[in-house]
Amino acid sequence: MQRRKECVAMLLAGGQGSRLYALTNNIAKPAVAFGAKYRIIDFPLSNCINSGIDTVGVLTQYEPLELNEYIGNGQPWDLDRTFGGVHILSPYQAKKKSSWYEGTANAIYQNRSFMKKYHPDYVLILSGDHIYKMNYAEMLKAHIEKGADCTIAAIEVPMKEASRFGILNTNADGSIYEFEEKPKVPKSNLASMGIYIFTAEKLYRYLEQDDQDPNSEKDFGKNILPNMLNAGEKMFSYRFKGYWKDVGTISSLWESNMDLLGEEPAFDVGDADWKIHSRNPLAPPEYIGETAKVGNSMIALGCEIEGTVEHSILSSNVVVEEGAVVKDSVIMAGTVIKKNAVVNYSIIDENVVVEEGAAVGEDKSKAAGIAVLGRNITIGAGAKVEAGKILDKDYKGE
Amino acid sequence: MAHSTVGVIFSNIHDENIPELSKHRTMASIPFVGRYRLIDFALSNMVNSGITTVGIVTKNNYQSLIDHLGSGKDWDLARKDGGIILLPPYSNETDKPYTTRLEALMSITGFLNHRKEDYVVISDCDGVARMDISDIVRFHERNRADITMVYHEEENVQSSYYITLEPDENDRIKGLKINPDVNGKGKFNLYVNVMVMRREYLIDTIQNAVQRGFSSFGRDILAKNVDTLRIFGYKFKGYYAGISSIQEYYKHSMEQLQREVRDELFGARDIYTKVRDSAPSKYYDGAVVKNSLVSDGCIIEGTVENSILFRGVKVGKGSVVKNSVIMQDTVIEDGASLECVITDKNVVIRDRRHLAGCEELPYFVGKGRML
Repeated sequence: MQRRKECVAMLLAGGQGSRLYALTNNIAKPAVAFGAKYRIIDFPLSNCINSGIDTVGVLTQYEPLELNEYIGNGQPWDLDRTFGGVHILSPYQAKKKSSWYEGTANAIYQNRSFMKKYHPDYVLILSGDHIYKMNYAEMLKAHIEKGADCTIAAIEVPMKEASRFGILNTNADGSIYEFEEKPKVPKSNLASMGIYIFTAEKLYRYLEQDDQDPNSEKDFGKNILPNMLNAGEKMFSYRFKGYWKDVGTISSLWESNMDLLGEEPAFDVGDADWKIHSRNPLAPPEYIGETAKVGNSMIALGCEIEGTVEHSILSSNVVVEEGAVVKDSVIMAGTVIKKNAVVNYSIIDENVVVEEGAAVGEDKSKAAGIAVLGRNITIGAGAKVEAGKILDKDYKGE
Repeated sequence: MAHSTVGVIFSNIHDENIPELSKHRTMASIPFVGRYRLIDFALSNMVNSGITTVGIVTKNNYQSLIDHLGSGKDWDLARKDGGIILLPPYSNETDKPYTTRLEALMSITGFLNHRKEDYVVISDCDGVARMDISDIVRFHERNRADITMVYHEEENVQSSYYITLEPDENDRIKGLKINPDVNGKGKFNLYVNVMVMRREYLIDTIQNAVQRGFSSFGRDILAKNVDTLRIFGYKFKGYYAGISSIQEYYKHSMEQLQREVRDELFGARDIYTKVRDSAPSKYYDGAVVKNSLVSDGCIIEGTVENSILFRGVKVGKGSVVKNSVIMQDTVIEDGASLECVITDKNVVIRDRRHLAGCEELPYFVGKGRML
């Protein structure tokens, strides 16, 4: 019997994530910390393993070091397999031609031999910058039942935002008759989630064709999907109704973090039936001190809290000293907020030191925007970082 | 480490210290400080000292231990050569499972013979400390010792079996007593059940003991030969928590709320434990938490003071938990109050129940009970 996998997932994790500014100076967007202990890529990887998909190619290109190290052999996601498992796919040198990944379609095309090794019937294309829980097995079932060549996961978005997305115009049976990439005047509010299932043979064929086309941008949304539609291939939308958020911007990353809070959170990471797997910090339980006040927050292992933490997300080993206040903020691992410092409406990356009496950001009701501090920097004692400011170097104040 | 060392951990010895918590598990798998089991400290000490093979001697109730250890990967001990090797009791028609430490050692001579390491470190699971084992091995080499026993200065011990040591100014042990009456008489040197020997010396000692029909390592080998053998005492000066009774368990749990204690045990962030993939803990509006340790997966709506919450604990609205140790997945419903309580795993405290013990005698609620 030939060893094979019914469905192989290809996860596009090469994007720079330039709209996350200082947060992606040295790491790829999928490696950005999220929700006190996770990284963005934990969500698609956990969705894969929870959906029974155990073969995942992760395509990396931009600053892959930290992402590669994080994924390692895939053991935290149960993706360390003798046949299948998670594999990092970087651009490589070939005998005839070597190149960086030129577009999403080209990245997959360059790794066709990886997919073909598993003789899959279907290929699932994912991206590494979305927060959601989704059972891909159900989407695959719909794909098979409809006899589709390509199925695109889609979600209804507010009409006024529809022009930021790839919009699917569909018939009553869900079949797609038109695909519009970021239309100025959208006809529907059904947005593509960037999650595709292809019947493998069709995918290979259209990737080959696309590679021959010198005018192509080698992109799924701009080239592969329209080409398939024009050729009359059977393309269906798959309606997704749960929580889904593109965390490609500072404000959406902040909002999505905050969506985890509260008694009935918009997005629940504590769902025992759909565990989000991740690498776990090696740290003791968090300590909440005598002088601490903690309300409506999520706090990870190893934190030491003596100050006030309100409506915030704290990753592992964060220190909030006595008299310090953290409000409406996302604080990543190892950051220290010293005595009487105030952090408001901010995202602070790993291992930042906010010295005594410094102020970062402003109260959310008055702030012009979210203040962002890149990793490994120090904000001097008494320094003031204005709302909406983005810093990636030490700052002593003016 | 100049010389290689293999670890041996006794998981069951001292079970009788704390019957409340060892009824359904080994001493080794007793939960401690929110997300650890007692064995995590002995294992992490070994791993952090470069030991890559650890034999774990079990006898009974070891299901929870096997579940905890898994393949050993969480301690970096899933290895092709060595790693974690479980040593369950061996018995047949003529041989009964062991009843003493010496018999247990006899039953693992096969394991010891097969190893290639120069030294063996033997550790029990009744003590919590962050210990550099390579330093103990160096001490052993420097003194050309036959046996090195690690001790800690204590003022109180409640175990049913313990050894005290009297070292001379060169650290050589001149006196060794089993179960002497020491409580209330000032400081004494308590042997903390960590011992180093050359592997071949241990094998010879065991074989010799078999031939002579000895049954007790402490009485027949250590105590009787304290004048002739080169037994040395390594004084461990760091934080040591001996879990010799439920009162001591409670006391040492509460000590973890002190920053200095936590810094010493966990400051280096190198104590390994089983990973559970729980979500980070959530604090709702209205939660009041003071001087407490909270593990992953907890959801807190009520008040928690001077307490230790293990993974996945829920504290409902209006509930007050004070001076308590609440183990994994315990659910405290709304409006309950707990003071000086230890709950084992999976306990449910129903709405508006009031439970109280005192610091000398914490109220204990057994595994899986619903009150």
